Amino acid sequence: MSILEIRNLHASVADQPILKGIDLTIRSGETHAMMGPNGSGKSTLAYILAGHPAYTPTAGQVIFDGMDLLDMAADERSRAGLFLAFQYPASVPGVTLAKFLRATINSRRKAENPDDKGISIPEFRRLLKQKMDMLGIDHKMAGRYLNEGFSGGEKKRVEILQMATVEPQIAIMDETDSGLDIDALRVVAEGSKRLQEELDMGMLVITHYQRILDYIQPDYVHIMLDGRIVESGGPEMALKLEESGYDWIREKYGVVEKV
Amino acid sequence: MSNYVITQLQITQLPNYIIMNTFTKEAVKELSASLNEPEWMLEFRLRAFVVYENTPMPTTKDEAWRRTNLRFMPWDEFGPSINGDAAVDAEVPSFLGEQLTEDEVGGSLLQIDGVTKQYELSDELREQGVIFCDMSTAVTEYPDLIQKYFMTEGVRPDEGKFAALHAAFWRGGTFLYVPRNVQANAPLHTVLWSVNGKTFTHTLVVLEEGSEAVFMDEYASADNDKSGLHNGAVELLVQDNASLIYAGLQDFGTNVWQLNHERGRVGRYGRLDWVTSMMGTRLTKAFQTLDLDGPGGWGRMSGIFFTNGRQHLDLDTQQNHNAPDTTSDLLYKGALREKSRTVWQGMIKALPGSQRIDGFQANRNLMLDKTARADSIPGLEIEADDVICTHASAIGQLDPEEIFYLMSRGIPRETAVEMSVQGFFDPLMRRIPFEGVRNRIFDRIVEKIY
Repeated sequence: MSILEIRNLHASVADQPILKGIDLTIRSGETHAMMGPNGSGKSTLAYILAGHPAYTPTAGQVIFDGMDLLDMAADERSRAGLFLAFQYPASVPGVTLAKFLRATINSRRKAENPDDKGISIPEFRRLLKQKMDMLGIDHKMAGRYLNEGFSGGEKKRVEILQMATVEPQIAIMDETDSGLDIDALRVVAEGSKRLQEELDMGMLVITHYQRILDYIQPDYVHIMLDGRIVESGGPEMALKLEESGYDWIREKYGVVEKV
Repeated sequence: MSNYVITQLQITQLPNYIIMNTFTKEAVKELSASLNEPEWMLEFRLRAFVVYENTPMPTTKDEAWRRTNLRFMPWDEFGPSINGDAAVDAEVPSFLGEQLTEDEVGGSLLQIDGVTKQYELSDELREQGVIFCDMSTAVTEYPDLIQKYFMTEGVRPDEGKFAALHAAFWRGGTFLYVPRNVQANAPLHTVLWSVNGKTFTHTLVVLEEGSEAVFMDEYASADNDKSGLHNGAVELLVQDNASLIYAGLQDFGTNVWQLNHERGRVGRYGRLDWVTSMMGTRLTKAFQTLDLDGPGGWGRMSGIFFTNGRQHLDLDTQQNHNAPDTTSDLLYKGALREKSRTVWQGMIKALPGSQRIDGFQANRNLMLDKTARADSIPGLEIEADDVICTHASAIGQLDPEEIFYLMSRGIPRETAVEMSVQGFFDPLMRRIPFEGVRNRIFDRIVEKIY
């Protein structure tokens, strides 16, 4: 059982306050959707949790299974069981997808046991093949440089492939649905849902659209506005947003849309 | 032996900071006598010595030397390698003996300070007529071939001060000769280990028409307090329809100063796949020239270098398209740390009438520290009109987003940086067909990152 507790989190980017007091608790097996207009701070929350060096927490706490998450380096957070599926994953020229995935596995094994020799090549090949098949990824992708020249859909699938490889306890999906056609969305969303059930993951799904939530079926829906969670509710909240947009939220909280 | 032209130059007063009084005519004679050389080689050396004496020391006013100042070289610590001072009993690190190719080597040569320590050549290669031996043996046993090819077509003694110095004082190195239409059935591997810091090795490869060979040529030494000089030459003569894969792997200690001349010549439909790895030395100035002499000739130059500390590496490459329908492809990549400096100056030349040529050159540098400096200077001199010639150069840093991305998957920072640097070199590594060579270079890259 894992718990990620975000308490009164404030954060800045380049001295600009973006998060202005976030409180949210995510437990194993729970799926939370985070919605809200552009610029409300959703991606900043994702980056802060993953430990991006350009994002600075200025107040509050994040406790992950009793550990102070904000004190940990990005790689430690990942090995502790936190995962972020990036909206715009970086490309890593010269490093193949296969080599990269092996490194993610071996880094975990080495952290457990410094003498570990790493996963054997046949074992790794079996694992990779199985996970790629689950997400409908062409095996040839394994030999390509990570994200280099990948289409939007390929990048998102590969993010989920990474999630399937490292098997996190808590996963954050940052607009994984953006830029996907309907078929790709289904594969990615169903794959994530299956993983969540298999691993009993806690999930935070950042999105603008109801579409992905049809597959992922959130237990809770939160609405973020101007760096705060202003509304929380059940799945019906997402449907309401789909129908009425964000204007009623802005009106209710007196926030003017940034142009 | 064909005579090269001795340019009659004014004997220039050497600047007084240069004390090279150990490189004398008497030393030339002593060296040649100690090697029991035939008269013609002594004469060759003495003629080269005259060129050496008559050629002024390059200064930063010379275009090719603008970015490398020889003033700081410890000239008084250098000297010729004459019998008696070679450390033939020294230990050689065991990794150097390791096989670099998947196929078992057919010939191997280990020299210390230019003196042969171990030598093997398979019966199969002997039966094929392949000659693979140290250069001094070649002078004695194959005088006709040496008089025909030694410093006549490849590197010539009158190319510069240090080509002449080398011609006068060369010692050790490898002669590889593959006769017409013979495909050497196994790779060849030379290790040149230096202890006394006086290395003047010469590599001469002659591939006759339609022949093929693979040759790994390694140069290395341990770090040492005493300054050393490596003044080498590499000649790769690939005749019509012949094909050579040559990897020159340099890993000298940072006490070594290197002044090299290297040239590959490729005949009609010949192929030269030329890999250079440079990891060591305090200073290297190397001239590497590819001459595509026959129509249909192909040459690929792949360079990998990594400098740190106060290393200074200055590479001068030329791709000369001397015939129509020739193709050259150069990719040199370097990583730099600390206060090291690299210079790559590349030139593609096409003679008038060299139509339908395809020349490419690219140099990319990865700056791992802000204190390092890389100069990248591509150039084209094209006198034909139906050509494709492209060049590219780039200087960049590690991408923090890339490092963060790798770390966000649980990969520790050090490993992430290693992967990113290895990734930088990967497109070059893919050009090297031997896992052992790739691993050797990878290991050194990883060692040099921190």
